[in-house]
Amino acid sequence: MKQAVTSRFSMIDLVNESVAGLFSRPGRAVLTILGTALGVGTLVATLGIAKTAGNQIVTRFDALAQTEVLIEPISQPGSRLQSVIPWDAGVRLARLNGVTAAATLSQVPVDGLISAVPFNDPLRQTEFSFNVYAASADLIESVRGTIATGRFFDEGHSERADPVAVIGPAVANRLNMTRVDQQPAIKIGERIFSVIGIIGEVAREPSLLSAVVIPDGTARELYDLGAPAEVHIDTVIGANQLIARQAPIALAPNNPELLEARTARDPREVRQVVQEDVNALFLVLGGITLLVGAIGIANVVLVSVIERIGEIGLRRALGAGRRHIARQFLFESLLMGLIGGVIGASAGVLAIVGASAYNQWTPVMDAWVPLAAPLVGAAVGLVAGVYPSLRAASLEPVDALRAGV
Amino acid sequence: MTLPGPATVMIESDQPVVELIDVERVFDTTPPVHALREINLSIAEGEYVSVSGPSGSGKSTLLNILGLLDRPTSGTYLLDGIDTSDLNDRRRASVRGQRVGFVFQAFHLLNTRSVLDNVIIGQIYNRIPRSERKPRAVAALERVGLGHRVDFRPDRLSGGERQRVAIARAIAHSPSLLLCDEPTGNLDSGTTESIMALFEDLHRVDGLTLVVITHDEAVSARAPRTVNIIDGYLTEQ
Repeated sequence: MKQAVTSRFSMIDLVNESVAGLFSRPGRAVLTILGTALGVGTLVATLGIAKTAGNQIVTRFDALAQTEVLIEPISQPGSRLQSVIPWDAGVRLARLNGVTAAATLSQVPVDGLISAVPFNDPLRQTEFSFNVYAASADLIESVRGTIATGRFFDEGHSERADPVAVIGPAVANRLNMTRVDQQPAIKIGERIFSVIGIIGEVAREPSLLSAVVIPDGTARELYDLGAPAEVHIDTVIGANQLIARQAPIALAPNNPELLEARTARDPREVRQVVQEDVNALFLVLGGITLLVGAIGIANVVLVSVIERIGEIGLRRALGAGRRHIARQFLFESLLMGLIGGVIGASAGVLAIVGASAYNQWTPVMDAWVPLAAPLVGAAVGLVAGVYPSLRAASLEPVDALRAGV
Repeated sequence: MTLPGPATVMIESDQPVVELIDVERVFDTTPPVHALREINLSIAEGEYVSVSGPSGSGKSTLLNILGLLDRPTSGTYLLDGIDTSDLNDRRRASVRGQRVGFVFQAFHLLNTRSVLDNVIIGQIYNRIPRSERKPRAVAALERVGLGHRVDFRPDRLSGGERQRVAIARAIAHSPSLLLCDEPTGNLDSGTTESIMALFEDLHRVDGLTLVVITHDEAVSARAPRTVNIIDGYLTEQ
C-alpha cells in the first residue's frame, strides 16, 4: 500500500541529472565555461604576478639599494649651507658601525676643455667637455666600483694637493688612453694633471663613467671648492636605515636637520606599493571579465531553461517539485562556474610560471589563491544561476508540457 | 513515513482509484471559459476507460486534473482515496509522481539520454531505492517489447518504439493510474494498432488502471468503457 510521502531528489540524482544536462550540449557548455575560466584565470594570474614582481623588486633592492645612503644638504637658497658637510666626512662616517665605505663627492666648476695632447690637431677633435668631480679616497668603494687599470688616489694626494686625476672609461676612450703606467698628462683648462688610474665600472653614480675625478685637497687648492656637495655611503645589508639616521648627526652635530639622508625605501613598503599598483589595475580587469562570464552563464542557463521547457514539464509530471527543478538548473550553473574556476586557476598558474620564466623571476604566489579560485568560479555560477532557476521553477507543469517537447 | 491528515487515508480494496465529485474548471479569462461542468466520474481499480470528444471539449483539462497537473475550480477529486484539493504544490507533485504514469502524444523523451536513462528518470523523484531503479526500468522495457533497445538514443527509434519507451517510463514505478493523452496522435495506423494492443495487454494481464484520452473514434471504441465530453459535460456511453 502506497503512502503520500513527498518527492525527493537525492544529491547523487541531482549531480547525475545536472551533469547529463550539461553534456547534452557540450559545445555550448565549453564556451560558457570559457568565460568564467578567463575571469578566474585573470584574477589568479594578477595576484600571482603581482606577488612575483613584488618579490623580485625586493630581491634586487636587497642586493644594491639596501646598502646605499646618500647625504645631501637640504636644498635651500643660502650659501651658508655649503659648508655643512665637513671635508673629513668619509673618515668620520667610516667609524660608524655598519658603514663599509664613505666618500665625499662634489662637482668642480672648471673653465676650459679637457685634452690629452699639448697641441691642437686641426684634423681631429682633441678637446672635450667632461664633468670634473672632487672626491675623497674611498669613493670607488662607496659606489661599489672597480679600477680597470692604475690606482685611485689616496689621502696623501689630497693633503699634498697633487695634480692627479682618475678618469672614467668614457673619457679614456675619447682621449685614446688605455694605459696609465707612464702617468700620461691631461690638460683641464690650462692646468696639467697626471692620470693615475682609469675606472672600470660603478654600481652607483654612473655619471662617474664619463667624468674626471680629482682629490678633494687638489680641488680646494686649485679651484677654491668650498665644501663637499654630497656624501656616498656604502653599508652592510640592512644597516642603511640606521646609518641614514646616524650620519647627519655624525657629520653635523650642531645642526643635523640641515642634512638629508636618502635611502631606498623599505622593501616591504616597496612590495606593498608594487602589488597595489599591479593589483588595482588587473583585479578590476579580472573582476570585469568575471562579471561578463557570470552574465554569460546566466544567459546560457536562461536559454537552456527556455529550450528545455518540455523537459521541465516532464519532470514535473514525473513528480519533481518546483524546488527540484530550481535545484537542477542552479547546480548546472554552479557546475559550469566550478569547472571554469578550476580551468582558470590552472591557466592562471601557468601564466605566472610563464611570465616568471620569461623574466627569469622566481614565481611566488599565495597558496590560497589557486585553492580559492574554483570556489570563486562556483560562487559566480551559483549567483548567475539564481534567476534562470527561479524562472524554470515558476513554470506551470501544464504550460510547460504544452509548450515544449 | 506516514503523514498526518487526509493524505494518509488507507485505501480499501473496493475503493475507486479515481473519484470526481461535482468537479468544475473555469478558466479565468474574459469571458470566463467553463472547460468542465459538474463532472462526476468514478474509475475502479483495473478499469480501462477512454475519454473521447472533439477538440476543445475539455478532454485535456480533464486529463490535467486527473493527473494533478491542474486543480479543479470547485468540487472534489479523490485519487486512491486521497483528497487532492487539500494538498499543497509539493504534496501534489509527490502524489502525481508516485501514483500517476503519463503517456503523452509527443512522447516527451530526452533525446540526449539513453532509452534506459529515460525510463529511470521516471523513478528518481519517487523515493525508489537506487538499486531497484535499473531492474525496474529493464523489466518495464522488456514488458513493452524493447528489451533489445536499452542503450539506444530515443532519436534513433521509430515513433512506435518511442511511445513504447514512454509507456515503459510511465509503468516502471507501478502507478495507480496510467494516463494517456492522445497516445497514438503521432503514429500511423499500423503502429497505432500495436500500441493499442499493448494497452489492452497491460490492462488485461497486469491489471493496470488505464485512462486514454483521444479524439479518434476507432481508438476510443476499443476500451471496455467509454465516456464522452462535449462542451464540458461528461456523459457515459
